[in-house]
Amino acid sequence: MNDPNMITLTVNGNTYQLPEIPGEMLADLLRYRLKLTGTKVACGEAECGACTVILNGEPVLSCSYPAAKANGANILTIEGLSSVQTTPASDGSQIPLHPLQQSFIEYGAVQCGFCIPGQIMTSYALLQRNPDPSEEDIKVALKDTLCRCAGYPTIISAIKAAARTLQTGRPLPPPQIDPSSHAGRVVGTVQPRPDAVAKVTGKAIYTDDIQFENMLHARVKRAGVPSGILRKLDIEKAQKLPGVVAVLTAEDIPGEKYHGLVIPDWPIMVGIGEQIRTVGDALAIVAAESRQIATHALDLIEVEIEPLPVIDHPVKAIQENALRIHNNGNLLKHIKVRKGDVEQGFAQADVVLEHTYHTPMHDHAFMEPECSIARPTPEGRMELYVGSQIPYSDRNQVARALGVPEEKVRIIGQLIGGGFGGKEDIAGQIHAALLANVTGRPVKLLFDRQESLVVHPKRHATQIRVKVGAKMDGSLTAVETELFGDTGAYASLGEKVLTRATTHSSGPYEIPNVKADCYAMYTNNPPAGAFRGFGVMQSAFAIESMMDTLAEVLHMDPVELRKKNALRVGSVTNTGQVLRESVGLMECIEKVEAEMNRLSDGSPFTPKPVEGAPHLIRAWGFAVGYKNTGLGGGAPDKAGAEVELRRDGTFQVRSSSAELGQGLPTVLQVIAAEELNQNPRQIDVLLMDTDLTPDGGPTTASRQTFVTGNAVRHAARALRQLLTSELAERYDVPPQEIRFIEGLAQVNGKQVSLSHLAEQMLESGRQPLASYTYWAPATRPLGQGGDMHFAFSFAAQAAEVEVNTLTGEVKVLRLIIANDVGTAINPLGLRGQIEGGAIMGIGHALTENFIVEQGRVITDRLARYRMPSITFTPEIIPFVVEHPVSEGPFGAKGVGEIVLIPTIPAITNAIYHAVGVRFDRIPVDQEKILLALKEKAATA
Amino acid sequence: MNIWQKYVIPRSIEEAIHYLTSAPGSARPIGGGTDLLLEIQQGHHPPVHTLVDVTRIPDLLRLQEIGERLFIGAAVPVKVITESPLVRHHALAVAEACGLIGGPQVRNTATLGGNVAHALPAADGMISLFALDAQVEIAGATGRRLQPIHTLFKGPGQSTLDLNSEIIVGFYLPLRKSGQSSAFSRVMRPQGVALPILNMAVWMEREEQVIRDIHIAIGPSGPVPFRATQVEKELIGKSPDSFALKRAKEAIHQSIQFRSSAMRASAAYRHHLSEVLLEEVIGKAWQRAFELEVA
Repeated sequence: MNDPNMITLTVNGNTYQLPEIPGEMLADLLRYRLKLTGTKVACGEAECGACTVILNGEPVLSCSYPAAKANGANILTIEGLSSVQTTPASDGSQIPLHPLQQSFIEYGAVQCGFCIPGQIMTSYALLQRNPDPSEEDIKVALKDTLCRCAGYPTIISAIKAAARTLQTGRPLPPPQIDPSSHAGRVVGTVQPRPDAVAKVTGKAIYTDDIQFENMLHARVKRAGVPSGILRKLDIEKAQKLPGVVAVLTAEDIPGEKYHGLVIPDWPIMVGIGEQIRTVGDALAIVAAESRQIATHALDLIEVEIEPLPVIDHPVKAIQENALRIHNNGNLLKHIKVRKGDVEQGFAQADVVLEHTYHTPMHDHAFMEPECSIARPTPEGRMELYVGSQIPYSDRNQVARALGVPEEKVRIIGQLIGGGFGGKEDIAGQIHAALLANVTGRPVKLLFDRQESLVVHPKRHATQIRVKVGAKMDGSLTAVETELFGDTGAYASLGEKVLTRATTHSSGPYEIPNVKADCYAMYTNNPPAGAFRGFGVMQSAFAIESMMDTLAEVLHMDPVELRKKNALRVGSVTNTGQVLRESVGLMECIEKVEAEMNRLSDGSPFTPKPVEGAPHLIRAWGFAVGYKNTGLGGGAPDKAGAEVELRRDGTFQVRSSSAELGQGLPTVLQVIAAEELNQNPRQIDVLLMDTDLTPDGGPTTASRQTFVTGNAVRHAARALRQLLTSELAERYDVPPQEIRFIEGLAQVNGKQVSLSHLAEQMLESGRQPLASYTYWAPATRPLGQGGDMHFAFSFAAQAAEVEVNTLTGEVKVLRLIIANDVGTAINPLGLRGQIEGGAIMGIGHALTENFIVEQGRVITDRLARYRMPSITFTPEIIPFVVEHPVSEGPFGAKGVGEIVLIPTIPAITNAIYHAVGVRFDRIPVDQEKILLALKEKAATA
Repeated sequence: MNIWQKYVIPRSIEEAIHYLTSAPGSARPIGGGTDLLLEIQQGHHPPVHTLVDVTRIPDLLRLQEIGERLFIGAAVPVKVITESPLVRHHALAVAEACGLIGGPQVRNTATLGGNVAHALPAADGMISLFALDAQVEIAGATGRRLQPIHTLFKGPGQSTLDLNSEIIVGFYLPLRKSGQSSAFSRVMRPQGVALPILNMAVWMEREEQVIRDIHIAIGPSGPVPFRATQVEKELIGKSPDSFALKRAKEAIHQSIQFRSSAMRASAAYRHHLSEVLLEEVIGKAWQRAFELEVA
C-alpha cells in the first residue's frame, strides 16, 4: 500500500501485488495480468455491464474503473462465485456452482454466454441486498446489463429461482418448459447446453481470452471518409515508433487484393490512387508490441484523400449520372418475381391500396466485438483463432489473400459471443494473417466497439412500395411491390438478402397475381449483409402494415383477412412453389387469435384506457410471417459431419458449422444421442475447426438444424451400423440382436463396454468413425418455378402495447407468439430463440436505428445505438406449433429468424389500434408518436 | 497514448490540491470518472498527466447535517445519496435525481461532485441542486470558499472552477421546514445516450392552498443551467390549479428556448414535454408539502 507504484488487491480471496501500469483499467488487469478472462469487455464505454465485478461488495464496471483506484480493494469475479456458495441437489449432495450459475443453466438463460458473467455478478449483488427481489427490482438492477441474445425473461426467472434456493436451501424449482409433442427418448426433451457450465463459471474461452507468447497487437488505419480517392499514404513515422514491428499497406498483400462472400469486391486495403467507398475502408495495418503502441502508430500515418461525391441512398445511386461506386455501376442486382398478371388482378379488385414503407439499417450489436488471432506455425501454416459463422469461407479468403493453398490455413473456431449474421464476412482475419505472415509472430486484432459498429455489414435499409388489390370478401387479387435495398459499399450477401426480401414481399399468402421488383444498390454507406431475418424482416413490416390497413378499408377483422389468404398445404407461392407439407400458418394464427381474444375479452383491437391513468391507452396488434429454411434458389446446400466412438467409450460429433449462441451443440448432441441410444452427456460436439471438422457450410438462413442436423443423424446412423456389424461379426450374432444402451452394447444378453469395442476396432485397424455429407433437397433458382426452398417456417404474433399519450412512450406489455418449427428438437434452446427474437423485434420496432448521415456513422458508440435492455421485457406467451417436414431431422425446420419477423408489424399495428396513428417507418420513436398524435388532434 | 500517466489517491484536501498544482503535466480531479475517463478514451478530452482521485478524502465523503444545513460531500457515491434517509427527508428531489444518474453499476462510483463539475446543462443531479439553491464549497490553493451553484457555469461542459487547482468539497442545502418539499422528474429515451430529453426539479413552500415560494430548474434549457424565474413568478402566491399551470406553461414557452439536438429530441418535443413534466413535479411537490410534515 505504501509503495505508490504497486497495486495490492484481493481477488476471489487471493491477494496480489502488481506494478501499476499508467492508463490501465481494472478489467485489463484482471483479464490480461491475472488471466481471469471470465470478466468480459463488450463495449469499453460503461454501457453494457458485461465487465461487472463486485468491488468491496458493490457491482462496478471494471472496463472503466482505473486499476490504480482498486488498490486495497476486495474483488469478486465470476471465477470466485462458486466458492461463495454451492447449490443443493435433489439427492442431497451439492452441485459445485452458485445457485445463480446453476439456475442460469437449468432455465436456459445462457445462449452465446458473453454477457453472462456480467449478468450473474450483477444479479449476485442484487441478491446480497435484496434476497427476494420482485420482477421490477430485477429490471431496475439489471437495467444496464445488456444481453443481445436477449434471454431476459429466462434471466428473470433464473434469478427468482436462485433467490428461492438461497432462501430455502432447497434444490432449484424446475423451469416450466414443455417437451416437443413429437419428443423421442432425447430429441425434443429439455436438455442443458453442453457449454453452459463453462459459460457460467467464466471458463469459456472466446478469442480475446487467448494470449500467446510473443504475441503482437494489431490495429487498422481506416479511411474515416465515405467517398474519395486515396492520394497519399505515408507510414514512415509510424514505422519508426518504438514498439511498432510492421506497418503494411495494399502493396504488401501477396495474394488477391479483394475479399467478399459472393463477389470479391471489398478491398483488403485501399491502395494509393484507388477508390475509398466507405468510412470503414482499411488503408494500412499496424502490428506492435502493445495495443497502445499500435493505436498511437495509427495517428502517425499521414493520409491525403481527394473527396468524391457521397451516394448515401439507393434511389440516388440508381440515377444515371451518379458517381460509379464500382466499375460495373451501382446496381448490384435487379431481382424480379412474376406470377400471373397483376394488371388483370388489380382490374378484378374492389379495393386497391398503395403505400411506401421505410426501414433503417440495424446493427447486430453482438456483445463480443470481432477478434482474430493469426499464428504462424513452425510447419509453415497459418492458424486463425476466430469466432466466425463460416470457417471454411474464412480459410478460403485468408489463403487467397496470402497467396497460399487453402491447406496452408487452418481456422480454429472459438466460441462466438453473438453473431446474428454479422460474423459471416471477413472482419480482421486477413489483416491479422498478413501481419503474422510478415512478422512471424502471433498477431491479435481486436476491434473496439466503435470499429465494430463502423465496419461490419449491417441490416439492409429498404424502401418498399406495396400495392395490393382485394375483393370485398378480403381475397387478395394482386400484390405488386417495388423495393430499393441499400447494400452499402460492398456486395457481401446483398444479392441473397434482397432476393429473400423480394420473394417474401407479398407475405405468407396465396395470391394469384404477383409482381415484385427489387433494386439492390451500392452506396457509400457501410456495407449491408446478413442479419437475422435476412431481408424478410423488412418486407414483412411493409406487407403486414398494408394488410392491417386493408382490413380497415374492407371493414374486416385483421385476423380474418389473414386467414382468408394464408398459405396452406397445396398453396402455390409467389415464386410458383407448391407447398406439399408442413404449413402450420393457420394453426399459428388460430392459437394466437384464441389467446389474444381470451386476454382482451374478445375486443383486442379496441383502444382501452388504463383505469386511473386515462393518458395510457392499450390495444393489441396482429401480424404473421414466414421464412425459408436453407439457402434455396438452386444453391447446393450441403453439410458434412462425422461421429466417432472414442477409446474412452464416449462419442464425438464433428462439423464446422458455427455455434453463435443459438444452441447448435445441443441440437447435434441430442440427434446423435437419439440415434445411438446414448445419454447426451456421453456425446461431445466439436465445431468450427477446418482441420478437424468437415465443412458444415455457412451458419445462415436458419439452416443448421436442418442441414447439419441431418448430416449428424445420418453419420450417427452409419456409425451405429458400423458398430453393429463389427459386433455381429466378432460375436457371431445376427445384427438385430445387438442393442446399444448408455456406454454399452448388448450382444445376445452379454454386455460389451463401448470403450472396449473402440479399443478392439482400433487394434484391428478399423476406425470407429462414420462421416456423412448431407445434401438438402434440390431447389430451383428464382424465376424457374418449382421448389425455390425445401422448407418454410411460419409464425403469427400478437402484441399488446400501452401508449403514453402525454409523452409518446410505448411499452410492449404482452406478446403471444406461435411458431411452426416442424419439430422442437431442443425446447430449451427454442425458448431462448423465441424470447430473444421477440425482444430484438421490440428493439427494431421502437428504438433501434443505425444512423448514417452522408456516409458517416452517427451511431458509432453502443450508447448511441438503442438496443433493448431488460426493462423492455414483456410477458411472452409462446406456442410451439409442430408441422413436421418429412425430410427434416425428426421433422425439424429452421427457427432462428422467423422468431423476429412478425414482432415488428404486430407492435406497429398495435400502436395504430391504440391511438390511431400509423407509421410507415421504423423505429416508431416516442417523439414521432407524440408529434403524430398532436397533428392528428389538430386536424380532427 | 495513455489516458493518464499518474493516478494518485490523496487522503486530504490539502494533499489533493498539492497534487493538482504540482503535477508535471496537466492534472484533473477525478471522482467516479464515469464521464471524464470516457471522454478521454473517445477523444473528446485530451489525456491527463495526473488524475487526482478525490474519493477517499474524508471531508468529501461526509453526508450530514451541519448547523442549519445539509452537507453532501462531493465524493459521496450517488447511490448512497439516493438511499440516504437524510437526503430523502430534506432534499427528495436530489435523491430522486441521483437515483436516475447513469445505470445501477455506474451509480456505485459516480459522484455528485463529478456530475456538477462536468457542467452539462441537463445533468440530473446538478439540476436538482439548482432547484434547492445549493451552495457549493470549493477548495483551492488559496483556501476554501462558498459559491451559489448558479455562479458555477460558463457554457456547456465548462464551469468556472479551475480544475488545475480546485476541487469541489461538497454541497450545502437548506434543511426542510414545514410546508416545504421538492421533486424531480425526467423523460428520456429508454436506452442509450444517458442524458435526458428533458428533466425538471422543483422546490416549493406551500401555505394552505397557496404556493408561497417556488424554485424551478429545467435541463437542458440553454448552454448553462438557470432557474426558470419567469415560470416561478406565474405560480408564486397561486394555487396550482389548471389556470395557474396554464400560465406557467406559457411562461416556459415564452422564456425558454429549447434546442433541437439530433440524437436526443426536437425543440417542439421538449416544449411539449416541459408541460407534462411541470404538471408532474408540481403535483408531486404540492402533495409532498402537505403530506411530509416536519417532525
